[in-house]
Amino acid sequence: MVISLASASPSASPAMLENLKAQMKLGSSHVMFRKEKANPFIKTQSSGRITMALAVNVSRFEGVTMAPPDPILGVSEAFKADTNDMKLNLGVGAYRTEELQPYVLNVVKKAENRMLERRENKEYLPIEGLAAFNKVTAELLFGADNPIIQQGRVATVQGLSGTGSLRLAAVFIERYFPGAKVLISSPTWGNHKNIFNDSRVPWSEYRYYDPKTVGLDFDGLISDIKAAPEGSFVLLHGCAHNPTGIDPTPEQWEKIADIIQERNHIPFFDVAYQGFASGSLDADASSVRLFAARGLEILVAQSYSKNLGLYAERIGAINVVCSTSDAAARVKSQLKRIARPMYSNPPIHGARIVANVVGDPALFNEWKEEMELMAGRIKNVRQKLFDSLSAKDKSGKDWSFILKQIGMFSFTGLNKTQTDNMTDKWHVYMTKDGRISLAGLSLAKCEYLADAIIDSFHNVS
Amino acid sequence: MASKTAAICRGISRRSSGFGVRSMSSWWRNVEPAPKDPILGVTEAFLADPSPNKVNVGVGAYRDDNGKPVVLECVREAERRIIGNQNMEYLPMGGSVKMVEETLKLAYGENSDLIKEKRIAAVQALSGTGACRLFADFQKRFRPDSQIYIPVPTWANHHNIWRDAQVPQRTFHYYHPVSKGLDFASLMDDIKNAPNGSFFLLHACAHNPTGVDPTEEQWREISYQFKVKDHFAFFDMAYQGFASGDPERDAKSIRIFLEDGHLIGCAQSYAKNMGLYGQRVGCLSVLCEDEKQAVAVKSQLQQIARPMYSNPPSHGALIISTILSDPDLKNLWLKEVKVMADRIIGMRTALQENLERLGSSLSWEHITNQIGMFCYSGLTPEQVDRLTNEFHIYLTRNGRISMAGVTTGNVGYLANAIHEVTKSA
Repeated sequence: MVISLASASPSASPAMLENLKAQMKLGSSHVMFRKEKANPFIKTQSSGRITMALAVNVSRFEGVTMAPPDPILGVSEAFKADTNDMKLNLGVGAYRTEELQPYVLNVVKKAENRMLERRENKEYLPIEGLAAFNKVTAELLFGADNPIIQQGRVATVQGLSGTGSLRLAAVFIERYFPGAKVLISSPTWGNHKNIFNDSRVPWSEYRYYDPKTVGLDFDGLISDIKAAPEGSFVLLHGCAHNPTGIDPTPEQWEKIADIIQERNHIPFFDVAYQGFASGSLDADASSVRLFAARGLEILVAQSYSKNLGLYAERIGAINVVCSTSDAAARVKSQLKRIARPMYSNPPIHGARIVANVVGDPALFNEWKEEMELMAGRIKNVRQKLFDSLSAKDKSGKDWSFILKQIGMFSFTGLNKTQTDNMTDKWHVYMTKDGRISLAGLSLAKCEYLADAIIDSFHNVS
Repeated sequence: MASKTAAICRGISRRSSGFGVRSMSSWWRNVEPAPKDPILGVTEAFLADPSPNKVNVGVGAYRDDNGKPVVLECVREAERRIIGNQNMEYLPMGGSVKMVEETLKLAYGENSDLIKEKRIAAVQALSGTGACRLFADFQKRFRPDSQIYIPVPTWANHHNIWRDAQVPQRTFHYYHPVSKGLDFASLMDDIKNAPNGSFFLLHACAHNPTGVDPTEEQWREISYQFKVKDHFAFFDMAYQGFASGDPERDAKSIRIFLEDGHLIGCAQSYAKNMGLYGQRVGCLSVLCEDEKQAVAVKSQLQQIARPMYSNPPSHGALIISTILSDPDLKNLWLKEVKVMADRIIGMRTALQENLERLGSSLSWEHITNQIGMFCYSGLTPEQVDRLTNEFHIYLTRNGRISMAGVTTGNVGYLANAIHEVTKSA
């Protein structure tokens, strides 16, 4: 409801206005007064009267409810709020040193220093991102001498880390394969579903985790992929499956490739941990290369958050391997068209760091060493945790799955109630699916954690 | 490791001739090549041109008088301070709290009560594009029956953003092609004729592509009419500081709306005014009734960001918060922004004077009447094509000239070329 304010003379007395304002203030409505000067665009009807402009500040977004906390990122927030001394953050998968401090890689520091010295400019990148980055990222993934790269058959577009790269692919799928489903593992990284939901891509799950063995339900996996409608997209974790840490063996990868070919499905890899799983960049890319070597067209999302510690800079890529270079060019152009109304062009800083590190042989070698150290620390922590659990747990439960799993995460097999116990009683923060991030665990804390796990497993149902 | 690799190689040789290999046909048969982006495609074409005389007045990125990109001194200093001090951890989904706080002060006022009362839901966004996109998606989710009214003309990507967010678009009159100024009467008619409670996209200052801004009085009228019609104002402010040289002055339109009690939305970008183009830093804010609502709205904006990019990039945000929270650096920034704005204003004068001296019979007053980075020249697409093909001058086909690309070195050449292609008009 609005009543216009008009005054006969060009200036009404400010004191009079203030008086009226004080009288009229009601709750969340504010009375706004404005002196309307003689205005060629508006004919004022009243003269000699004062009326009020009543600004009713009712929001259009009245009905907006509070969104639930993110199941992963919300864990860190809860951890920060906890004042207990013994608290342990095994939530988000960000690498920590033994002292439980964030780790900025030396090669990253060196790259940044070089960039600063060169006084590089901050111009817009092209929509597809930094060319030097796109080149090295595809080479890192597929191998520099891979024929698919020589033949120009890979469409590579810089994306906002893994999330952003997956999102570009998801929108592409929705646009060009309307109705096609994406098959995702059960369980999978929590944000995968959000990405496909927001892109309006239907999805269904294939069996992956077997709680009885705390290992891979391979028969279930094959069966579900086989049963899916022909031409489905199958989302696979290239290495270091998140959240379980359970990867197929090479033989199992072969069989997965077989069934995907048989059913004319499209493999869609999420590679967020290349180098972080085994410590070797090439070994961790072997599943992707296996599929590429079969001549399949595949989508691969990459992230440098973990392996270069560039979490904050959001650097990754979406790669689409096509059967012809012409198709790759067309696909790339359409990926750009998806990116433009999302963020126009991607951020430069992380891209330049990666291009500098991977493009310089000395820095590249140094990076490989740092990566082996990081992956090595996690392996050591796995061993210590296993040893602690085996020593302390008298029930005879087999904890060796901790050693068999790979990468940053371990799926403990704890259910939601048990997980709550971990947090409420032991101040151990983890995600509700039973996932712990070993990157956030120090050797010093392994015994405490073992106690917590044993207690939660045996004394809580 | 070696045995794993050997096993895979064995597997490859056994399977490479296996069933279902799609080596010749492609899944992507029906993927057509996308049309070139009308704005960014211009720079690509410019870069590919070997002519020594080429001039790029296409994309809106500031250039100094030598035609070189500029990194502000305050930015260089901030970079020096932050290097080695970041821990590279994920920012929260809503981005850098400090950067957002400082950014809100720029739009809403240094001592704004709205900030003190925590009524503004605000998140760091991927520059102006990302801020607009977050809002468009939010609008779609929470006001699914709404549409967006977009001025004619506008930045081309606005249409893409709301289209990809699946929000239907309407247009409202803005630019008057004859006066090369604001078509205020039609604009007001469109505001009045739109259904009550419509969503409008407004350029806070330095309208892109026309450079035509409403006067302060006109803004007051628009604000008043918005109250009558209960419309929602979404401000895209990509050029604060760049229009007049004074950020406070450039925010006047927003402040008028705030005084009048509107609950606005606002996209802010640091691409131009801090020269942080490639860093992609900006902010989306939505003014709410109270703190509780702001918290809820912010949580929903984060919910939209999470499956798009999880959390925004840090480096640019750190640069900004370093600058804006240090009085000396902030003052340096204000000086540098004024230098950029003044150079552009100087080039406007020079271009107009050159054209008049060449004896052009057309009126070129609009060059100095318009404000900000762009000049809507009034050139037709055909005249633009001639400028490009005959004179190697690159601009978008709507006749938009990026004044930031004009220098004392090329303004004569540019004027001459414009005169050549228009003198028979």
